[in-house]
Amino acid sequence: MSSTVNEINILNADDAELMRISRDGTLSLNLNEMKAIQTHFGTLGRNPTDVEIETIAQTWSEHCVHKTFKSIIRYSEEGKEPEQIDGLFPSYIQRATEEIAKPWCVSVFSDNAGIIEFDETFNLVFKVETHNHPSAIEPYGGAGTGIGGVIRDSLGTGLGAKPILNTDVFCFGIPDMSYSELPKGTLHPKRVFKGVVAGVRDYGNRMGIPTANGAILFDPRYTANPLVFCGNVGLIPRNRCEKSVESGDLVVAIGGQTGRDGIHGATFSSAELDDTSEGLGSVVQIGNPIMEKKIVDALLQARDRNLYRSITDCGAGGFSSAVGEMGAHIGAEVHLERVSLKYEGLAPWEIWLSEAQERMVIAVPPENLSELITICEAEFVEATVLGTFTDTHRLQVFYEGAIVADLEMEFLHNGLPKPVKAAVWQPPKHPEMPSRDEGIGVGNASYTDDLKRLLASPNIASKESVIRQYDHGVQGGVVINPLVGVANDGPSDACVVTPVLGSRKGVIIANGINPKYSDVDPYLSAASAIDEALRNIVAVGGTLEKTALLDNFCWGNPDKPDRLGELVRAAKACYDIATAYGTPFISGKDSLYNEYRDTTTGEQRAIPSTLLISAICVIPDIRNAVTMDVKAPDNLIYVVGNTYTELGGSHYFGIHGFIGNSAPVVRPDEAKLTMERFSSAIKSGLVRSCHDCSEGGIGVAAAEMAFAGGYGMTLNLDNIPTGDETDADDYLLFSESNSRFIVEIEPEHRDAYENHMSGVPIGYLGTVTAAPEFVITGKSGHPIIETAIDVLKSAWQTPLHS
Amino acid sequence: MTQPKVLILRTAGTNCDAETDTAFQFAGAETALVHIQNLISGKVNLSDYHILAIPGGFSYGDDISAGILLAVEMKHKLTDALNRFVGDGKLVIGICNGFQVLVRTGLLPGVSTSANGTSQMTQRATLAMNTSAKFECRWVDLETQESPCVFTKNIKPSVYLPVAHAEGRFTAPADVLAELEANNQVVFRYAESEYPKNPNGSDADIAGICDTTGRIFGLMPHPERFLTKWNHPRWTRFSQAQDTVTEEGDGLAIFKNAVNYVKANL
Repeated sequence: MSSTVNEINILNADDAELMRISRDGTLSLNLNEMKAIQTHFGTLGRNPTDVEIETIAQTWSEHCVHKTFKSIIRYSEEGKEPEQIDGLFPSYIQRATEEIAKPWCVSVFSDNAGIIEFDETFNLVFKVETHNHPSAIEPYGGAGTGIGGVIRDSLGTGLGAKPILNTDVFCFGIPDMSYSELPKGTLHPKRVFKGVVAGVRDYGNRMGIPTANGAILFDPRYTANPLVFCGNVGLIPRNRCEKSVESGDLVVAIGGQTGRDGIHGATFSSAELDDTSEGLGSVVQIGNPIMEKKIVDALLQARDRNLYRSITDCGAGGFSSAVGEMGAHIGAEVHLERVSLKYEGLAPWEIWLSEAQERMVIAVPPENLSELITICEAEFVEATVLGTFTDTHRLQVFYEGAIVADLEMEFLHNGLPKPVKAAVWQPPKHPEMPSRDEGIGVGNASYTDDLKRLLASPNIASKESVIRQYDHGVQGGVVINPLVGVANDGPSDACVVTPVLGSRKGVIIANGINPKYSDVDPYLSAASAIDEALRNIVAVGGTLEKTALLDNFCWGNPDKPDRLGELVRAAKACYDIATAYGTPFISGKDSLYNEYRDTTTGEQRAIPSTLLISAICVIPDIRNAVTMDVKAPDNLIYVVGNTYTELGGSHYFGIHGFIGNSAPVVRPDEAKLTMERFSSAIKSGLVRSCHDCSEGGIGVAAAEMAFAGGYGMTLNLDNIPTGDETDADDYLLFSESNSRFIVEIEPEHRDAYENHMSGVPIGYLGTVTAAPEFVITGKSGHPIIETAIDVLKSAWQTPLHS
Repeated sequence: MTQPKVLILRTAGTNCDAETDTAFQFAGAETALVHIQNLISGKVNLSDYHILAIPGGFSYGDDISAGILLAVEMKHKLTDALNRFVGDGKLVIGICNGFQVLVRTGLLPGVSTSANGTSQMTQRATLAMNTSAKFECRWVDLETQESPCVFTKNIKPSVYLPVAHAEGRFTAPADVLAELEANNQVVFRYAESEYPKNPNGSDADIAGICDTTGRIFGLMPHPERFLTKWNHPRWTRFSQAQDTVTEEGDGLAIFKNAVNYVKANL
């Protein structure tokens, strides 16, 4: 055995020693898992090498294998029979997709990204990843390599997709928090914010991929654990969507050199952060977008000439995961001394685990090697033959002739003991905020200040200063921008692109995320996130029929039963709502252990349970798309969908210091028809503008439409359809009930529109006015909001201006 | 009549090549995406083409400063080929990063002739960091100037195009600016001087310039991103009346002019 390889003495280790080995090596393996490894090597009669145990730790990490979503869960909820769930993923996510069974789903959950049909020639791939832990420690590098990584997911799907769109959603602490409140060893939210935006900007812009959709949310609980969701859409020829590996194919590494960066990223991200994590610089990778662009340029040529049979990216776990996964069903042999290194001095296990960026692994039939190398040389991309795929069903790793790892693929991929976890859900009780309305007939309250405060709250306020730093026009296909309206500065509900220039076929990308509702019930938060993503799709002209979803769960420590209980609630909502709407999940990811521990005080903080739903929809003709800015005076404003007294977790309660208890419910039995009818009204050309009604309710949505269009509005609350007894002005204005839109109709289309929407709750609110005044009359007949659109716009634009 | 052939130059970090290719195809040209290595090695001959397009992107990561590495490479490794190409009366367009490259090679504002009669590629202007000190993506109104530029012949007096750059502030010594004005080499100006209408703080609101022949043209805005009406950021606001006007975007005319020039003159 090579002198640079160490034997890890686990055969004679007791429980405490096993855990010490796991902890000291950043293996993130629990006692059961360490014991399974001990037993396995016991039967072999030898200790594992460091290369072997590291390989197992990467492969078995939460990050790579998603064991929480596959574990058996014993779940109990107040007032209900305890139940046993055999895996959240198969029970709720995968099952939903199987039951919905859309014929246009080409590949779901099996490849690096989900694949759906686009047109006669191409399919689309879509994946969203998180890069939370690295971004907490090194925001610029963490976020840049986050986007770099998800681009490689598209490139590693099928035989490689061309990246065509980025989407980014961030959750940060409050930007103006005082430094004295900053948890020990964490970066200030403003620093994280700036660094993350710069990282995503510099990577995405240099790659030449438009970043045309996203969101930024703020909550103090994200201070120590910011969330960075990076998504990428790719375009792939229909006949390049399948991969296979055959024994005798060469294991070829393409792209960047390997260094000591990013070692233990996979296992590090499967643990909680604490106040000492900032010293772990080496777990964060270093990005080079130009290298990645060169790889894309070279590989897409090689793909089109059919030079390789399979491809995957080197992400978490580096070569150990990439080669281990590609060869899982046959076997592989790799020679680490052949790896092209940035510098000398790496131990074999470091070469094997390094998460150095911009590397792909492909399986190349030997007869194609010289042509592949010619292409790579022409693009200045390194291609290195590391070994061969074999038929041994073993993962065999050599270094300078000596074998340093010899693992059975079966044990590596199926030896992980299935954990059993406990989960409980106990609904919280928060103080309720009474309406400030004084009652019909006597009401004299004004909500102008409330509206301004809502528009200025950081979650709602304009993100223009960030959006403009992203190139959203490169590739020439963007037809609905993230910023719309008369001054190109209104908040679009979703973006629309034509990936094939000259074609009118389009793709809509949207997202939904409502962590505040998790404080009431994660079920409602997840259901609302799906509803919001779908509303955004429908609002610009998409349909439920052609929409697929991605789920990205960011949660606290799932080993704690209450946190896991919240995850169970959210997963159940995913199944219920996705099946009700008929919108399948095609890919997803989870990032757990988003918690921070102060090692001095022992204080433990988790993020709010956060589910990001990303939606992708194919539309036949982009000329039917609509935007959210009002278009002309005298047009009519309607609300579509019922309003309920559902202000739990709302921004209105939030600005008054309340959470409340009744977060918005999703009622697909009525909402599905609403969305379908409304999609059809848009397609028929009856809708001049439309805005998703969400954070801040009708008040905020209508105000945004008015100032984006540069016109005033005169509205009243009399005709708002309600599903319950809601009649308080503030509740009607600011409730965040799901499945609603604010809509602008030309007067001559009034009858056609109302006929079209028959059977669906709609209400006439008022008109667009040439005068730039925004006036809403309450149920008492008294104006409850009276201001100029410039005042509202400035309230909305100022907070995050720089 | 000549079938116009366009060479779209690529290198590491080029990223607007595909849409520039589409733009020239929409305009009726035959196009080829060519890596600079293939020109340097002689595998591809520049002289086989009529138009050289240097697209936007971040060539070589814009290391040192935007476009400089590609400019140096072109200046030193393609000197003869470039001189012959320009001398043959052929066309060159540089968009965004391509404009930065043309300015750093000295091809724009134009090659100066030294006392002994030899032409020199010397940089005489630059594209500096935006005054906002950051990358910005936004649409801008441009005013078309009286100029010899063949790419903008007979196009609309005001043109709407997007910019997306961090280093787009055109600046030059006073004598060079005066020369540009005297020779009518300013092709496009931002319609107004204040930020963000002039998105980068360029001297004299300069958005694009040509050489004195009008056959070498560089601009920061991206005409290849406005080929059809649906690229316009406010097309959903067009009324029915405007709807029938044209489906062609403002940018396409620039590519068509180039193609037509080749057909008529080369």
